[in-house]
Amino acid sequence: MGFFKGLRRGHTTDTVFAGVALLFGLFIVLIMGGIIYQLWLQSSVARQEFGWGVLTSSEYNPGAEEYGALSFIYGTLVTAALAILIAGPIGVGIAAYLVEIAPERVNRVLGFIVELLAAVPSIVYGLWGFFALAPFLRDYVVPPLQGVLGWTPLFSGTFFGATVFTASIVLAIMILPTVAAVSRDVLRAVPRDQREGMLALGATRWETFQRAVLPYAMNGVLGAVILGLGRAAGETMAVTFIIGNKPELFTSLFAQGATLASQIAGQFPEAGGVTLSFLILLGLILFVITILINICARLVVRLVSRVPKGGVRA
Amino acid sequence: MSSIHGNPSGYGRRKLMDRVMTTLAYLCAAAAIIPLTWIIVYVVIKGLGAWDAEFFTGLPQLFGDGGGVRNGIVGTLVIVGLATLMGVPIGVMAGIYLAEYGNNRFGTVVRFLADTMTGIPSIVVGIFAFGLIVVNTGGFSAFAGSVALALLMIPVITRTTEEIIRLVPDSIREASLGLGVSRWKTILRVVVPTALSGIVTGVLLAVARVAGETAPLILTILGTNFPISANIFDGPSTTLSLQIYQLGAQPSPEVVEVAWGAAMLLVLIVLGTSILARVIFRGQSVRGR
Repeated sequence: MGFFKGLRRGHTTDTVFAGVALLFGLFIVLIMGGIIYQLWLQSSVARQEFGWGVLTSSEYNPGAEEYGALSFIYGTLVTAALAILIAGPIGVGIAAYLVEIAPERVNRVLGFIVELLAAVPSIVYGLWGFFALAPFLRDYVVPPLQGVLGWTPLFSGTFFGATVFTASIVLAIMILPTVAAVSRDVLRAVPRDQREGMLALGATRWETFQRAVLPYAMNGVLGAVILGLGRAAGETMAVTFIIGNKPELFTSLFAQGATLASQIAGQFPEAGGVTLSFLILLGLILFVITILINICARLVVRLVSRVPKGGVRA
Repeated sequence: MSSIHGNPSGYGRRKLMDRVMTTLAYLCAAAAIIPLTWIIVYVVIKGLGAWDAEFFTGLPQLFGDGGGVRNGIVGTLVIVGLATLMGVPIGVMAGIYLAEYGNNRFGTVVRFLADTMTGIPSIVVGIFAFGLIVVNTGGFSAFAGSVALALLMIPVITRTTEEIIRLVPDSIREASLGLGVSRWKTILRVVVPTALSGIVTGVLLAVARVAGETAPLILTILGTNFPISANIFDGPSTTLSLQIYQLGAQPSPEVVEVAWGAAMLLVLIVLGTSILARVIFRGQSVRGR
């Protein structure tokens, strides 16, 4: 061990400082371990009572002692997927604008605006979504949507304001900065030679982007999108405020739903005993989902530094 | 789209495609500006009406005129302040470890965990603080809330500190070491001061992020409409963010107006801190002294 060797050689303070620094590094590992341990410990009652069946049952009625987590998992995945469907293309579009088109000054201002969008607290998004966006959607967006697509199950039913639709749109706005900022960094890292080679062949700016820049940065952009998906899955307060908190396997976007996070935040103050343990079990499920998504994203992003497709690297 | 090899007849179509895509990119950029402007303008319009003397000095009233959010303002300062006191030393030291001693397998593990931690939903961190502190001490407390917020700050501060310290040129370290200064003194007296503005920026951004956090606080401080408990280790507390959630869901429009006032104050604090962080970093980026 370098530690003891250092002590013997007389660099005492140096070695002690290195040891202290190491302890703080260790602390990070401890926190992570502690989070997993507490989730496991506090959910033990629910885990023993319901077993694996909790994952496949969508019946949730604490009064009748029915606890199923499926409707919450479903709500989390569907809202996150909808959010990324909206925010993915727009976020990459913003990144493309910033890197390929915008002049330096606009770049700085817009980059700043995107950062501020990320800084607005989640609960303020919730309040705004409920009182400003939902009525706007009800009056100007939903009627034409239903006029055209109302016959599909996806857009059927009455729009009440606090719905899956509203929640997904707010989520999309909230993860837009993540997708845009990460994609921007990835696109910026594409070497100029890639673009110049394509432009020299007479390609237009779009063709350059589509054929020389995007394939090169594809892994990174994909990573940005997955990272955004993880953010959306774990988002709590805004969703709690505007999704309606109804545990249901909804089919219409205009129905009310619930997510893992919204159920924990919404029900916690009144929960005790088995219900409390069940909520923490939902937290454990949410933890596993977001960790998997995040690890996925980081692995994909890491691939970007390896041989990129369509690259001219020797 | 398949011919870019000098097919003159296809040029007009390609040019048009380029125009369409460029316009789309402009629209995407606009799509980022619209919601931010909408939110800020809406919050200011709704919130300004709530700002009067009672808003800052009174307590929430669920009936009548809504009252004020004095307890939330005090609670935010106490809880975010405590979280900063706990989170900054740990985060900065872990960052120093990663940058100066972390080029080994354990460092890679810590870095990976710190990255993963930034992606953990804040409500899950709230469950951890609940299980660790609320369950063990037998009650909700401001301390439990600030531990949750500190845990949210730590990975953010760790990673920004590491990145900034790595930007400090090796020549500066070597100059100090060459003068016979020991390594720990070089780090604390030369490297950290050089990177200080960047570290402060990282800390401010982390503070801004947790000041708006609500979800973990529901599980740790519970919220109250009365003055917050004077004992930070026992008794429910509240913050502006939690009040927005709890008052904003009330049926009375007067109470909801107070929630908007709190939202405006919180947005002001959070965006102000973020902007301050940017200004500090631009004014004095990493450079030798």
